[in-house]
Amino acid sequence: MVLKKSMLPTGTYYFSGNEAITEGAIAAGCNYYGGYPITPSTEIMERVSVRFIDTGGVFVQMEDELGAIGSVIGASWAGAKAMTATSGPGFSLMQESIGYAVMTETPLVIVNVQRTGPSTGQATRVGSGDIMQAKWGSHGDYQIIALCPWSVQEAYDQTIQAFNLAEKYRVPVFLLAEEAIGHLRERMETRENIEIFNRKKNLGAAPFGTEESDGVPPMPIFGEGEKLLITGSTHDEYGFRQVSSPMVQEKLTSRLNNKILNSREKIVEYEVYHIEEADLLIVSYGFTARSALFALEQLRQEGKKIGMLRLKTLWPFADKIVKDIGAKIKKIFVPEMNRGQIAGEVMKYVCGDVVSYGQTNGEVIHPETIVEQIRRLG
Amino acid sequence: MARDMEKYLRNRPTQFCAGCGHGILLGAILRAIDELGIDIDGMLFVSGIGCGGWIPSPNFNGDTLHTPHGRAIAFATGAKMFNPKLKVMVISGDGDLMDIGGNHLLHAVWRDIDLTVVCANNMLYGQTGGQVCMTTPKDAFTQTTTQGNPYYPFNICEVLAVAGASYVARYAVTQPFQLIRSIKKALQTTGFSFIEAVSTCPTQFGRRNQLDTPSDMLKFLRGKCITRKKAASLSKEELKGKIVTGEFTDGGD
Repeated sequence: MVLKKSMLPTGTYYFSGNEAITEGAIAAGCNYYGGYPITPSTEIMERVSVRFIDTGGVFVQMEDELGAIGSVIGASWAGAKAMTATSGPGFSLMQESIGYAVMTETPLVIVNVQRTGPSTGQATRVGSGDIMQAKWGSHGDYQIIALCPWSVQEAYDQTIQAFNLAEKYRVPVFLLAEEAIGHLRERMETRENIEIFNRKKNLGAAPFGTEESDGVPPMPIFGEGEKLLITGSTHDEYGFRQVSSPMVQEKLTSRLNNKILNSREKIVEYEVYHIEEADLLIVSYGFTARSALFALEQLRQEGKKIGMLRLKTLWPFADKIVKDIGAKIKKIFVPEMNRGQIAGEVMKYVCGDVVSYGQTNGEVIHPETIVEQIRRLG
Repeated sequence: MARDMEKYLRNRPTQFCAGCGHGILLGAILRAIDELGIDIDGMLFVSGIGCGGWIPSPNFNGDTLHTPHGRAIAFATGAKMFNPKLKVMVISGDGDLMDIGGNHLLHAVWRDIDLTVVCANNMLYGQTGGQVCMTTPKDAFTQTTTQGNPYYPFNICEVLAVAGASYVARYAVTQPFQLIRSIKKALQTTGFSFIEAVSTCPTQFGRRNQLDTPSDMLKFLRGKCITRKKAASLSKEELKGKIVTGEFTDGGD
């Protein structure tokens, strides 16, 4: 194999989550990064600024997060696989243009290494308070895809996956990492023969409408003579504004939502642990799932019948599996580093007892805490 | 608009009010592109929200990117940085580029990125109903300055020239030939170029400031304009309320 200077040799690395995200992006073909530094995501941008010298990617430190997301959208339409990384306050600033990216079907990846909030909060401390913001942060009704890694390995893998999903569905994809994953160092492996998906192209075809069942139109880029009309206003399949037609509004927004919702069985990934014969189910994700698994093993040794569902995809929500397991297991415990954002979502799909445990003190939830909380449930 | 410019236009009805100066600017931009023989298929026109943003989108028959309010230059930066072969022009309003998007404008100058920015300055927020803007003349009446604007208009051209932009000029739509010549120069400039095109808004500005017809509005604008050469002999006090036109870089007048 001829090794390109840009690629890490296949092998084992001792990386932080932020380093793994950067290398995952490069492995996925990321060649544009526009960003603004913010704790605890900054190491991603710093590493990109160095690594892109080798890979030939374009790195721009923008003036703020409004500019960062804007430049990423501009670059994506110029043909780039583009990304940015940020944390809470920066993620808030990006929201308007995230809606624009949804409306214009612009593939891009946004990493949010979550810290505690609200506002400036505790910049160096961990939280997962941005789960609902990722889903609903920009105005209007829309769908996005959000992944949540529980390890450094998964931070690498899911970053690659995020680019593939963005290209496949023409949608912003979020990697909702947490500070504890961004700064955790552990062993991870890079793989050979990574599967890469590139956006469909069909010059002359409508860039904002399709009759195909997946609902994803092909995407041209600037400079191809396609005379593109890109606008955040409601538009027809060729990009012409239609700002008073209920029919066009309904058609466009239905497709934007359905192209994600109708494919959610393909998009959503999760893992289950010991769910057979369990009478208590833990639903967990991100760093908290590490503690939850630890607690689960301990309690099972004591004879408790406990299972776990670990969500790897947060949006679209894993409604089917939650509904299926929730029909069998009547008690569900959801520990998370916010005040019940996913617990509330679980409640939508089950009739049983859903117990939320939220911890927002800037610390990870320890296994002992989960053990203690479950013991209290009896 | 002369028919020979129609090849650069999509066949759509105009969005501009009767008497709007932006049509003159639209024509000036296309004539500059035509005279330079630039292939519009290789051009990207980026605009923001507001009346100025309608000039290229959806009218110009090249690639157009109509961005959220204030972000045109940031979007253009990403596209240009990733594909430097694209000829990128940002065309938007004063409210969009200077007020809400001012920080991107300054950073584009800082980077001296090879963009041509045309700021269609209609002296207020036109599309949202005529509110005050950084460019509104002192004492002018707007929807939100009903007792007269307390501030002098912001002199963006002086600021950008001092900040190191490669080319900066200001002309009014009452000076179409200077405007065309200036846009050509901007398009030929390597690095950041900026043109403030002072325009007229009879609908929102004129009717609140005793300028009853589009021609009154044009005469008002012409009366305020003074060349840099003439301005050089006037005191700071005498220059108040004047619109100084000319080139602000390259020792231009």
